[in-house]
Amino acid sequence: MIARAPLLFVTAAFALLAAYPLVAGEFGVDLVAKIMIYAIFALSLELLAGSTGLVCFGHAALFGIGAYAAVLLSPQNEAAALHWLLPASVLAAAAYALFMGALSLRTKGVYFIMVTLAFAQMAYYVIHDTPLGGGTDGIYLNFKPVLTLGGTTLLNLDLPETFYGFTLATLVLVFCFLALLLRSRFGRALAGIKDNEQRMRATGFSTYPYKLAAFVISGGIAGLAGFLFAVKDGVVNPELLSWHLSGSVLIMIILGGLGHLRGALIGAFAFVLLQELFKSEAIFGNFAKHWHLGLGLTIIACVALLPRGLVGLPQLISQRLSGTRSLRDGDSPDEPA
Amino acid sequence: MDLATFFIQCLNSLQYGLLLFLVASGLTLIFGIMGVINLAHGSFYMIGAYMAYALAPLVASTFGGGFFAILFVGMVLAVLLGYVLEWAFFSFLYEREHLQQVLMTYGLILVFEELRSLIVGDDVYGVQAPPWLAGTIPLGDVMTYPVYRIFISVACLLLAIGMWLVFTRTRLGMMIRAGATNREMVQALGVDIKFLYRVVFAAGVAIAVFAGMVAAPVSSVYPGMGNQVLIICFVVVVIGGIGSIRGALLAALLIGIVDTFGKVVFPQAAGVLVYVLMALILLWKPDGLFRAG
Amino acid sequence: MSPPEVLLRGIELTRRWGGLVAVDRVSLELARGSVHAVIGTNGAGKSTLINLLSGEYPPSSGRVELLGQDVSNWSQPRRAQAGLGRSYQRNTIYANFSVFENCRLAAQARLQRPWAWWESAQRCPASREKAEAVLQRTGLYPMRDRQAGLLSHGQKRQLEIAMCLATDPQVLLLDEPLAGIGPEETDRMLELLAELRPGHAILLVEHDMDAVFRIADRITVMVNGTVIASDTPESIRSNADVQTAYLGEEQP
Repeated sequence: MIARAPLLFVTAAFALLAAYPLVAGEFGVDLVAKIMIYAIFALSLELLAGSTGLVCFGHAALFGIGAYAAVLLSPQNEAAALHWLLPASVLAAAAYALFMGALSLRTKGVYFIMVTLAFAQMAYYVIHDTPLGGGTDGIYLNFKPVLTLGGTTLLNLDLPETFYGFTLATLVLVFCFLALLLRSRFGRALAGIKDNEQRMRATGFSTYPYKLAAFVISGGIAGLAGFLFAVKDGVVNPELLSWHLSGSVLIMIILGGLGHLRGALIGAFAFVLLQELFKSEAIFGNFAKHWHLGLGLTIIACVALLPRGLVGLPQLISQRLSGTRSLRDGDSPDEPA
Repeated sequence: MDLATFFIQCLNSLQYGLLLFLVASGLTLIFGIMGVINLAHGSFYMIGAYMAYALAPLVASTFGGGFFAILFVGMVLAVLLGYVLEWAFFSFLYEREHLQQVLMTYGLILVFEELRSLIVGDDVYGVQAPPWLAGTIPLGDVMTYPVYRIFISVACLLLAIGMWLVFTRTRLGMMIRAGATNREMVQALGVDIKFLYRVVFAAGVAIAVFAGMVAAPVSSVYPGMGNQVLIICFVVVVIGGIGSIRGALLAALLIGIVDTFGKVVFPQAAGVLVYVLMALILLWKPDGLFRAG
Repeated sequence: MSPPEVLLRGIELTRRWGGLVAVDRVSLELARGSVHAVIGTNGAGKSTLINLLSGEYPPSSGRVELLGQDVSNWSQPRRAQAGLGRSYQRNTIYANFSVFENCRLAAQARLQRPWAWWESAQRCPASREKAEAVLQRTGLYPMRDRQAGLLSHGQKRQLEIAMCLATDPQVLLLDEPLAGIGPEETDRMLELLAELRPGHAILLVEHDMDAVFRIADRITVMVNGTVIASDTPESIRSNADVQTAYLGEEQP
């Protein structure tokens, strides 16, 4: 069940995003495209950490593998075929997610967090230290992939506005897919695993395959985001697999609000926009190079004042305005989006 | 690898492992007793190193003192810092969920990094070892080994022994050990938990700062050092078992060996080895080598 | 009269934790149409026994047979799929879901269809029907839309049983279902158990002696991991060993 207010919010958000290139300049389109890619990345982690309760601290590895696959699998001298390259990148990330998940899911709690970090670091060091990854400087994507039918080019991702539209379409599709997935039996099983795994097992659910499936799907979507990232900038570097990025995306979904798909959207936007705000020399002048300070303080304030993340903000405001406090600290029990 | 090189790597492993142990023990105590995941713990190490750099001229002009004076001043400042930080910030984290703690301490890392940037700048600095420790001792016919590195190992070992004595021989230590195994019980027994937490936290900070100060001449002082040591320390804590000092020691030494010899024998895979080790150990013992206690 | 159909058997079950023997060569049978109670002091091994039967961990030695099959090495979910239901001493419910969703999700275990990602779980007729039936039966239907974590303790205990029933088990392992609930709700619970008795084999671990003697067809008494007596309630009542070891000065 998707409640009305969130549905309206999300629809409005997508509509705004669709209209945005009409009013924005090149910089704006590029920035929002980047944010949408992070939003897809955040959505993938929301499935795993927010909806299933598996806090993965190595998700950047899957993002980075998707990105590197896009570059490494592209031919040197011509544009790759989109309909081949995209699925291949997604599958590469999903394959590593299968490996990572199969072994990590033997552990629980904080140990799980650390093991996922370990596997991500492994991938990072392989890319960073071996010739495969092209070293610290990274590698370039010479030609961006295109979608052709017969002799005509349907989609040329080298054009910023085409790329923007393609990314937005991907974001909408991923969001809708996850919304359907979470309300399906599979999704409800994941929610049950998050809430009380013991009861799931006592009832007859084998929880390991469900968790592994969530891991792989999540990894594939992260790889999709990585693919888009590689295509957008035309270059990849090992920092795409770093734990800093894993931490950042985790913070995005916590900031936005765990347990809600729109939280991932909101969190991605809030995080990147906050960064841009604090980096802006127009506002902070010389102090702008210390933008980490503003960001850090904002994160601390947000967590302290908004325990349920930014999705909880409307409820918090309406409670303050009407002077009421709800009996329970939650919205309706069965609302995933 | 000939015997002398082997011996040198052993000494290096010991030194690195003991240093890691100091930082990790603070981390594991804070997590084991207060249940707080503190991502900013690496920052204390970084603060220690920068203090070693920044305090040297100040201490020299005020006290005319040398190395130990700097260490002493640094430790006093560290205890103060830990005390105030616990009172002003960390005491609010105890009731929160782990994810919120992760987020808030991540914010704290950013704040520390920028404060450091504002106060001392972003450059990489070198710190000189004190002259009376700056020599080398011969090993065999050709090799020599820096005295200062031996000093680091000795200093860490002494501090570790001091910690062990406090844990096993004092009332405070008994309460800490009890708190690490069963937090609720300690509270129920009426121990002044707020004071205990503050002491443990300040001690954890001070130990990490000490490690940073002592390591500075060897590792040099650079902005990313806090994050680097943080991640390795988390690996130490998880391998050793959360809340277990014994586990932290064993894990730190293990990592010291794997990392040091790894760099020499498999330079290309050196970065990965520590994580492979962690993955293997966790798959064998999902709760770490030792449970708390 | 036909011989009782034994649905679950524990044969010489032993479980060791390091040097400690929690359960020592315990055997028992659960037959359809009977309530078999297991009583004993704290630490007697009752919880471990129920965990061995339900599959939380395997026995150190001995066998568990469910509906004639050796399930000693089967995982808990697999045993649940084969018809074993279990309730826990501490409320093991989905605190954040509605009461209805608790039962529906439990019922979903029978018809999982995880690949049908486009189908809404809330519209799944099979699990919905089952949830409604089970809620009606346990008297929780009026509360179906409330958040489970906000129920009273007694209602949560009822929900615990309801979720157990949602998978249509043949064997019910109930771990202290009456823990912490008042006399009126105890009566209701015992009525429910009496209703369930004809079709199921029920194991009841309990501390409430009055309730046990009211409902049980057979009582097994455990002390320090071993069975010291296993008989009809009347025989247990007058069993001298049981009186000294367990009932102490409290005369029934």
